[in-house]
Amino acid sequence: MFEFRSHSPEETAELASRLAANLQPGDVLALYGDLGSGKTCFVQGCARGLGVKDRYIVSPSFVLVREYRGQLPLYHIDLYRLNSGLEIGLLGIEEYIDSDGVTAIEWAEKLEGFLPDRTIKVEFKFLDETSRKINIYNFSKEKTML
Amino acid sequence: MLILGIETSCDETAVALVEDGQRILSSLVAFQLDIHRPFGGVVPELASRAHLRALIPLLERAIREAGVEREAVDGVAFTRGPGLIGALLVGTSLGKALAYSWGVPLLGINHLKAHLYAPCLEGATFEFPLAGLIVSGGHTLLVEARSWDAARILGSTRDDAAGEAFDKVAGLLGIGFPGGPAIEAVARGGDPGKFQFPRGMIGSGDLDFSFSGVKTAVRYLLDRLKADGLPVPTADIAAGFQAAVIDVLAAKFKVAVEETGARTVVLGGGVARNELFRRRVRAMFPSSRYRVLIASADLCSDNAAMVAGLAGRILKRGREDDWSIDADPNLPWGDGLL
Repeated sequence: MFEFRSHSPEETAELASRLAANLQPGDVLALYGDLGSGKTCFVQGCARGLGVKDRYIVSPSFVLVREYRGQLPLYHIDLYRLNSGLEIGLLGIEEYIDSDGVTAIEWAEKLEGFLPDRTIKVEFKFLDETSRKINIYNFSKEKTML
Repeated sequence: MLILGIETSCDETAVALVEDGQRILSSLVAFQLDIHRPFGGVVPELASRAHLRALIPLLERAIREAGVEREAVDGVAFTRGPGLIGALLVGTSLGKALAYSWGVPLLGINHLKAHLYAPCLEGATFEFPLAGLIVSGGHTLLVEARSWDAARILGSTRDDAAGEAFDKVAGLLGIGFPGGPAIEAVARGGDPGKFQFPRGMIGSGDLDFSFSGVKTAVRYLLDRLKADGLPVPTADIAAGFQAAVIDVLAAKFKVAVEETGARTVVLGGGVARNELFRRRVRAMFPSSRYRVLIASADLCSDNAAMVAGLAGRILKRGREDDWSIDADPNLPWGDGLL
C-alpha cells in the first residue's frame, strides 16, 4: 500500500494518469470513496494516461458502463445506483473484468467477493475541501514515478 | 401516417400513437417510481423487468385509447439509445417484433433528438438556425442546428448530468427520489441566497458544464453543519443548489444562442419541467426577438410521443432502418436532428 495526498482535482487526475500508463490488459481498479471524493476525476486521469482521445469522460451513473478506446480499452463502471450482489451478477461485469482492457469500478464495495485477487484498490478519504488522502493497494509506488 | 412509438431508455415505460409526426392520438407512460424510490435512484435490473411487465398491457391500451385498428399503423419506432442497455433492449425487441409481424417499417430513434423534437407535438415548427438545450438525469447537452440535416453538439457535461446532480443532492439531503421535483418542492420555502454554491465552469469560455463540484459543495456544507451540531436548513440548501444549477445552465444557453445567432430556442428533457428554470429561460429570450419552444411538462419527461413524432418525420423522408439495427447505450449524436 502507498499513500498519496492530493491537493486538487488536477493532482488526483495526474496521479491516475501516471498509474494508468503502467497498467496491463486485464487490470482492474476498484475505487472506494464517498460522493465527491474524486473517483470520477481519477478515472478521467486514467483515461488520459491510457491515451483515450474522447472529449468527454463523464460520470457513468446513468448508463452504468462507458467504454473508451485508448492504448488499452477502458471500461468505466459506476455501481452507485445498484443495490445488491444479485443485480450486479446480472450486469455481466465479469465480462469486463475478464477482458483485455482496463476496468475501473466506482463504488466497488458493492462488488466485494467478486473482485479478482489482482485488483488494484484505490481508497479516497476527505482531508479538507480540496485535499484527499488516496491509498493505493496492490500497486507499487515506483511505477507511478511520484 | 400513423406511427407507434416505444420508449424504454430508463425508468419510464411509454407507448404512443402519433399521426403525421405531430398529432398525438394516445400517449401513455407507466412510471416506475415506487419500484425505485427505496433505492434513491433507478435500479437498472428492476427497470428492465418493470418494462417487460408493463409494455404489452400499455401497448394494448395505447391502441385502444387511440381508437384505431392496429392495421392502421404505418410504422413502428423505438428508442435505441442512449440509455440503460437492459432497458433499451426490451423496447428494441418489442419494436422489431411488431414491425416484423405487422410488415411495416422499423425506425430506431435517438432519445436525445426525440427530446428536442417534443415541442413539435404541440404545434411548434423549427426555424433555423436553432439552439437547443437538453437537460435530464443522464444528459446535459447544448446543440446547434443549421437545418434538419446539420446539427452538432456545442457542449456537454464533463462529469455529472444536471439531473444526476439533483438526484445526488436530494439523496444527501434525504428528501427523496426523483431529486428534481423533490428539490424544487423543498426549495420553494427556502432562501436561495443563504448559501452560495459554486457555479461550475460558468466562466470557462466554452460551452461545457460541470455539476460535480456543486454536489461536493453541498456535502461539505452538510459535514460542517453536522460537525458544529447545527440543524440542517434543508429548504435554504435546496434553494441555493437549485439556483446554482439554473444559473450555469442559463448562462451557457445564453452564450450558445448568441454565438449561433439562433432565433429559435428549444429547451427539453426532464429538468425542463422545473418551473423556475422554464421561467428563467423565457425571461432570458424575450418573445420580441426569439421563439422559445418548451414542451408542456409531461412531454419534457421521457415519453413515447416524442419518439413516434420524430419517427413520423423521418419516415416521411423515406428513411427506415433494417433488422440489423440494435440498442446502443452510448449512441452518439451523429448528424442532424432526425
